Amino acid sequence: MSLYIDRAEYPAQPDKNLLEVCLSLGLDLPYFCWHPALGSVGACRQCAVKQFKDENDQRGRLVMACMTPAAEGTRISVDDPEARAFRAQVIEWLMTNHPHDCPVCDEGGECHLQDMTVMTGHTYRRCRAAKRTFRNQYLGPFVNHEMNRCITCYRCVRFYRDYAGGDDLEAQASRNRVYFGRAADGTLESEFSGNLVEVCPTGVFTDATLKQHYTRKWDLQNGPSLCPHCALGCNTLIGERYGEPRRVLNRYHHDINGYFLCDRGRYGYGFMTAPSRLSAPLLRPAADASLHPAAADEALAAAAALLREGAGIIGIGSPRASLEANFALRRLVGPERFFAGVGEAEGRATALILDLMRQLPVPVATLRQAEDSDAALVLGEDVLATAPRLGLALRQSTRHAALAAADRLNLPHWDAAAVQVAGRDQRSPLILATCASTRLDDAASATVHGPSDEIARFAAAVAHALDGSAPEVAGLDEARRQLAQAAAAALSSAQRPLVVAGARGGEALIRAAANIALALHRRGRATRLVWVLPECNSLGLALLAPRPLAEALAAAEAAGAPTAIVLENDLYRRAPHRAIDAFLAKARVAVIDHTRHATVEAAQLVLPAAAFADGSGTLVSSEGRAQRYLRAYPAAGDITDGWRWLGRLGALADGRAPDWQSLDEVTRACAAEFPTLAGIVDAAPSAAFRAGGRKIPRQPPRYSGRTAMRADRQIHEPPPPADPDSALAFSMEGHPGQAPAALLTWYRVPGWNSVQAVNKFQQEVGGELRGGDPGVRLLQADSAAAAGFLAGDAPEPFARRPGEWLLLPHDLIFCSEELSLLAPAVAQRAGPARLLLHPGDLQELGLADGDPAQVEAGGETMHLRVQPDPALAPGTAALPAGLPRLPWLDLPAWGSIRRVRG
Amino acid sequence: MSYFINTLATLGRYLLHSFRPRATIQYPEERPAIPPRWRGRIVLTRDPDGGERCVACYLCAVACPVDCIALQATEDEHGRRYPAFFRINFSRCIFCGYCEEACPTDAIQLTADFEMSEYRRTNLVYEKEHLLIDGPGKHPGYNYYRVAGLAIGGKDKGEAENERPPVDVRDLMP
Repeated sequence: MSLYIDRAEYPAQPDKNLLEVCLSLGLDLPYFCWHPALGSVGACRQCAVKQFKDENDQRGRLVMACMTPAAEGTRISVDDPEARAFRAQVIEWLMTNHPHDCPVCDEGGECHLQDMTVMTGHTYRRCRAAKRTFRNQYLGPFVNHEMNRCITCYRCVRFYRDYAGGDDLEAQASRNRVYFGRAADGTLESEFSGNLVEVCPTGVFTDATLKQHYTRKWDLQNGPSLCPHCALGCNTLIGERYGEPRRVLNRYHHDINGYFLCDRGRYGYGFMTAPSRLSAPLLRPAADASLHPAAADEALAAAAALLREGAGIIGIGSPRASLEANFALRRLVGPERFFAGVGEAEGRATALILDLMRQLPVPVATLRQAEDSDAALVLGEDVLATAPRLGLALRQSTRHAALAAADRLNLPHWDAAAVQVAGRDQRSPLILATCASTRLDDAASATVHGPSDEIARFAAAVAHALDGSAPEVAGLDEARRQLAQAAAAALSSAQRPLVVAGARGGEALIRAAANIALALHRRGRATRLVWVLPECNSLGLALLAPRPLAEALAAAEAAGAPTAIVLENDLYRRAPHRAIDAFLAKARVAVIDHTRHATVEAAQLVLPAAAFADGSGTLVSSEGRAQRYLRAYPAAGDITDGWRWLGRLGALADGRAPDWQSLDEVTRACAAEFPTLAGIVDAAPSAAFRAGGRKIPRQPPRYSGRTAMRADRQIHEPPPPADPDSALAFSMEGHPGQAPAALLTWYRVPGWNSVQAVNKFQQEVGGELRGGDPGVRLLQADSAAAAGFLAGDAPEPFARRPGEWLLLPHDLIFCSEELSLLAPAVAQRAGPARLLLHPGDLQELGLADGDPAQVEAGGETMHLRVQPDPALAPGTAALPAGLPRLPWLDLPAWGSIRRVRG
Repeated sequence: MSYFINTLATLGRYLLHSFRPRATIQYPEERPAIPPRWRGRIVLTRDPDGGERCVACYLCAVACPVDCIALQATEDEHGRRYPAFFRINFSRCIFCGYCEEACPTDAIQLTADFEMSEYRRTNLVYEKEHLLIDGPGKHPGYNYYRVAGLAIGGKDKGEAENERPPVDVRDLMP
C-alpha cells in the first residue's frame, strides 16, 4: 500500500485525504478552508496539487488535495510548476481586497494568511482595482470583528454553526461581497465563540481581551497551563508580557480539549490581574483593626506564632488549589485535622464518584471518547454550564448517525459537506435530563425536565428498563416510563453508549447513572461514563481523603479558639453564612489565597498565593488524569505557591528545614504518601529534565525589548530568574527544537507562525502530540470488578407544596464559577442572573418576565428578577448557582417567592 | 649626506602641509557636515495631519538586534492604535537602523543628531516624550491610515485610498 508524492514513495492511507497525508509527512502545502476538526469542503482552492494517472502520465491534472483520498497508487506532485503557479494565483486573488493593515492587525505575526502568502511567493499587488470594504460589527466582549480582512474560507460559520451549534453568526450577501456576521450588532451567543479567534485563518475574528493590552505572539512569554474554571482539565497556554497574563490559547491535547476551548476557559484569565488579586501578605494587628500589608518574614512569623498558640490547628483544603498545596496543608496539620473545603452534599457526591471510579468495571471516558460515543444520556447536569467543553463533545457525538449514513454511501468522514448532506436530519441519540432548559437542548433527541430527585427516578427507571435486575422505581408516571424505555432502547442499540452524571445531581442520581452504565456494560456494550465535577481539582482533593467541612465547623465549636488555615477557599461559598460567621468569629484564621474574598476579610493573616499563570502544581481532572501546570512568568513580590508557603510555615513552626524547596520535592512527597497518586510524578518531566542539555525556553526566539523593558527602573539587566520547579527557563535561550508535550510553550515552526503550526507537533494530523499527550490517568476501571447493581431506593416523587417552591441550583456558564466571574470580560458576558419559574407559576404569583421578586429560603432573603422557563416543573424554581451576591444555600431547598415592588 | 637630504625633504613636506586646508574642524565651535542618511538619534515622527505615526506594531522592537526597544500598544476610542509607552535604551542601541527599515509607517527614523553623550546611563533611556517630534521627518507625505483599511476617527470604512464604499450586505443586486 503506497502512494507517490513527487516520485517518492509513502504509505497510502485511504481514510485520509491528500492534504492530511502531505501535512502529516511534514510537507508544506498551503490551505485555508480545511481544518482538522471541521474536515474538507474544497472551497478555497488553495491546496491544489497535480495528480497523475500512472507512472507514464506526464501531463496530469490539478486536483484539490483536501478533496482527494490518499488511495493506493495515487501519484501526485506538490512541487509541479503548474500547481505552484495555480496556488500563487489563488493567493493573489484572495489578496486583491485584503486591506493594507497588518501593522495594526492583531493576527499579524501569527497569521495563517501571512504564512500561506509567503509560502506561495506572492509579494506585490498587481491588481489596480479599488478594494472592497465592509462595516464591522460589535460582537461582544470576547471577539473583535474586522471584516475587511476576510478571505471567505467559511471556516467561521462551519465552526460556529455546524460544529458548535450556534445560530447567530452567518454568511450573508453574495458573490465577492460575502459577509460573515450577525443579523445585527450584538454579543455572540455561543459558549465557544472564542474559538473563532483560532479558527479564522486571518484577522477577521481576534481576541478582544488581548486587544486591550495587545502583544505580538513573539513577545509573549508562555507557560503550559491548565484551565482552572471547570474539572475537565483542558490544556491551555498562558501568554505573559510585562508581568501580567495577556491571553489564553488552546493547547492541543488529543484526548481532552483537542482544538477548542470554551469561552470561560479562554477569557477567565482576567481574574489573575483583577483588583481582587492579592499581591502582598496582609496582617491584622488587633482583632478590631483592618488588614494591612506586611513583609513576608513578618507575616510568616505571625503565622508561626498563630500555629504555636492555637488550641488546635485545622486545615481547610480547596478543590481549586493544586494537589501539592492541599497535600502540604494536610502534612502541616495532620490527616485528622485536614478538612475538605467543599459543601456537604458536594463532598459526599464527590467521594461517591471517586469510589465508583475505582470500583465500577465501566471506564471513564476522555472527552475524545465522549465525542466518539454514538448515544449519550446526560443526567442532572447542564454540561454547557458545568463542563462546557463536554457540551461541545456531546454535540459532536450526535454526528455519528450522519457518519453512519456516509459510510453506507462510501463517503469519507473528512468530506464535511457530503457527510452533512448524506446525514441530513439524522442525529445519534442524545438524551438530556436537566432541571431547566439548556442551550444544548437543540442537539438533543429527547429532553426530560424535573428536579434532581425526579431525574434520579427517571435514571433508575432507565436502568430497570435496560436490566430487570436493577432496582425498580415505584409510582412512575406513564409518560416518564415510556421516555425511560425509549432512552433505554436508544442506549442499548448503540455500540459505544455514554452516561454523563455529576456531583450536582446528588447521590441517588449518581447511583442510578452507575446502574445504567452497569446494565449497558452487562449487555456487552463498550459503555463509558463521564462524571462532571464542580472544580478543577475536586477529584484531587477527594483523593487526599479529607474530612467533611461540617466536622471542622463543629470541631471549632467545641475546641475553644482554634486556629484554622484556609487554603485557596472562600468558605462563604461552601456553607450557610451563619455557620461560617460563627466559625470565623471564634477561630483565628490564616488564609492562603490569590484572590480577596469574604473569608479573607475575616482572616487574621493572609498570605498571597500564586494563581495559574504565576504558579505551578498538579491538578486531577474529573477524568482522573493528573496534569501539571507550570508558571508562565515569575510571581511578583512575595507571591508564591501555596505549597511553598505551607512548607515554610511548617518549618518555621517546628524550627527545622522545610520539607521541600521545589515542586518536584513536594510532588514526590505527595506521591510517596498516597499509592493512588504515585503517577503524578510522571505527569510532566521533572525540573532536572534537559533537552539537548538545555532547558526549554518560555520566550520565543524573537522575544523583544529585553534590554529596554526594565530600563526605566533599573538600567542594568538582571539575569533571568531561576525556576527550580520546572525544566522551563524564563529566557529565550534554550533547546531550539520541539519540547516534550507537557512542556510545550508555543506552536511555531519556520514558515508556520500561526496556531495552525500545531500540525507540525502532532504524530499525524489530528493525532496525538509527538512523544505522547501529557498527563497520567491515576484511576483505571477494574474490568474484572463485579458488575452488581448498586442498591438504594429511588427518591420519593416530587410533590408540589402550596405556596412554596422547590429551589433548584441553576448553573450558568459565565456566572456560577467563582474565579472567571472576576475577569472583566466574563463579568460583562455574565448578564443579569434571573430566577427561573414555570410560566404558570409566574402567572399564579402575578409576575411578568423581568419583574423583581423576593425569595426566602433557609433563613436567607434574596432579591432577583424572574424569567419564565416552560421546561421547569411547576412548583420548582431555578436559582442561579454560585452568584457572589446571593447567600449560599443547600439546594435543593424549599422556599417562598413573592412579588415585590421594583 | 643622504640623511641630511632626507631630513630636510621631510621638514619641507611638513612645511607644505601647514598651508593645506585642514581636515580637522574645531568642533563644537564648528559643526561637521552630516549626510542626511546618517544613523543618529532615533525619533518618532508625526504624519502630515499631525497625528502620531507610530501604530505600535512592534516590528521595530522585533527587528532590534540588541532588543533595546520596548513599547506597549493601546487604542484611542475610535480605534486608532498608538504606543502607550515607547522606550529606547540608547545605552544599548547600536544605531544599526533596522528599526527604521522595519517600520511600516515611516514613524521611527534615525536622524543626523549624534550629540547624545551623558554622564549617567539612566539618562540614555528615552521615553516617548523624548522621542516624539512634531514633524514628519524624512518622509513628508506619508500617512499610513490613509492607505490602511482600518477605520479611525475622522476616516470611515471605504474612505482610504483606492477603496470602494462599504458593501451593503442587504443588497440583492447582482
